[in-house]
Amino acid sequence: MIYLDNAATSWPKPPEVLRAVAEFLEHAGGNPGRSGHRLSIAAGRTVYDAREAVAELFHSPDPLRVIFTQNATHAINLVLQGLLHPGDHVVTTGMEHNAVMRPLRALEKAGVRLSVAACSSDGALVPAAMRQALSSGARLAVVNHASNVTGTLSPLTEIAEIARRQGTLLLVDAAQTAGVIPIDMSALGIDFLAFTGHKGLLGPPGTGGLVLGDRVDAALLHPIMRGGTGSRSESEEQPEDLPDKFECGTPNGAGIAGLGAGIRWVRSRGVEAIRAHEVALTRQLVEGLLAIPDVTIYGPADATQRTAVVSFTIRNRRVSEIGLRLDEEYGILTRVGLHCAPAAHRTLGTFPEGTVRLAPGALTSREDMDATLCAIERLVKG
Amino acid sequence: MSGLGVALFHTTSAALRAEKTLLKHAVPTKLVPTPREFSSDCGMALRFEWGRAEQVRTLLAEARVEIAGLHPL
Repeated sequence: MIYLDNAATSWPKPPEVLRAVAEFLEHAGGNPGRSGHRLSIAAGRTVYDAREAVAELFHSPDPLRVIFTQNATHAINLVLQGLLHPGDHVVTTGMEHNAVMRPLRALEKAGVRLSVAACSSDGALVPAAMRQALSSGARLAVVNHASNVTGTLSPLTEIAEIARRQGTLLLVDAAQTAGVIPIDMSALGIDFLAFTGHKGLLGPPGTGGLVLGDRVDAALLHPIMRGGTGSRSESEEQPEDLPDKFECGTPNGAGIAGLGAGIRWVRSRGVEAIRAHEVALTRQLVEGLLAIPDVTIYGPADATQRTAVVSFTIRNRRVSEIGLRLDEEYGILTRVGLHCAPAAHRTLGTFPEGTVRLAPGALTSREDMDATLCAIERLVKG
Repeated sequence: MSGLGVALFHTTSAALRAEKTLLKHAVPTKLVPTPREFSSDCGMALRFEWGRAEQVRTLLAEARVEIAGLHPL
């Protein structure tokens, strides 16, 4: 079997991740931060260590500004629903996932003004369009770091610069890039970084987080959930302290333990080394697919301008049929359709049919890519 | 007087960050349940030698950990 759906969820996970989850349940099973006994402290330490690992990975100086969430969608909603009020202006791009578009469309109905900056047909954000959209002043800009459909990388340095000059806060959706592309929040000037734990960070599903940049005043953000935090228990008001303000109820301790182990695995291998491996796999896929007649690929031809996500279609073939045959006849697991990103497929011209998406990962080999190209070539022939 | 003191925090994350910071600077410390006479803020407090109170205050300020209270035991 060849698993090429790492853009949805990475698999397999390193054995260290599995061990960390089991270890947490076996030895650190208390409720982190709720009690002062040893099992609660052990659980609290595990969660705190993961917080520190996240902060170090993204070059954020303060682990207390790392808020654990269920996933990137949850983190994005914390910012969009917590920050934007009727009358505010928010800008996003034509390549966003529904994790961004659905909350934004709902906020638009509630009176938030929404502008969508156009992207070119290979999914690349046009900085001039972003500059234009931000020129009238916006409270927030929301951009993906890389598209989940084409892997196209956003020009983050440029966007951050434009946003800063306009006094606009910047939310980056790093669901596709955390763990596979180096991210330096401080250097880039990112105000909010939303990430998920179960893709490039190789952690379990149900983990993710929001990292608040150094310049953001957390008082601007209203919590979208309130409840027990184990802190300031005498009060019936949600505390303002970070991270508790945005983390209530018992956290996913076992998952966070696994996420911490995933990040340690990624850092020991090196994000740059993982990136180099994935660029090589992507180049192999792009060049191989371009050589097969009747195949169209989407996104930039240059593998360094994209993550390891390659979408393609075959002339006169349904994507669902291609996906099914790759699975049943060749044991190659892909994802077909719209990838929860109708806006991106409209930009690419592949709406509503969608594409077949190949997403290798840190643990995919060059031989896997050879076998995949071979299978697609045979599919095209018959 | 026991010669010991406790540092209190608003959150568990702050208590754990404080513990790591002090241990990194070789200040002996131990996480203990917060003595009820002081606060109900957070379940855990850090116990340390009270003679080091000023050093604890400085180290935690440098690490940007907010202290909710320092008390001799």
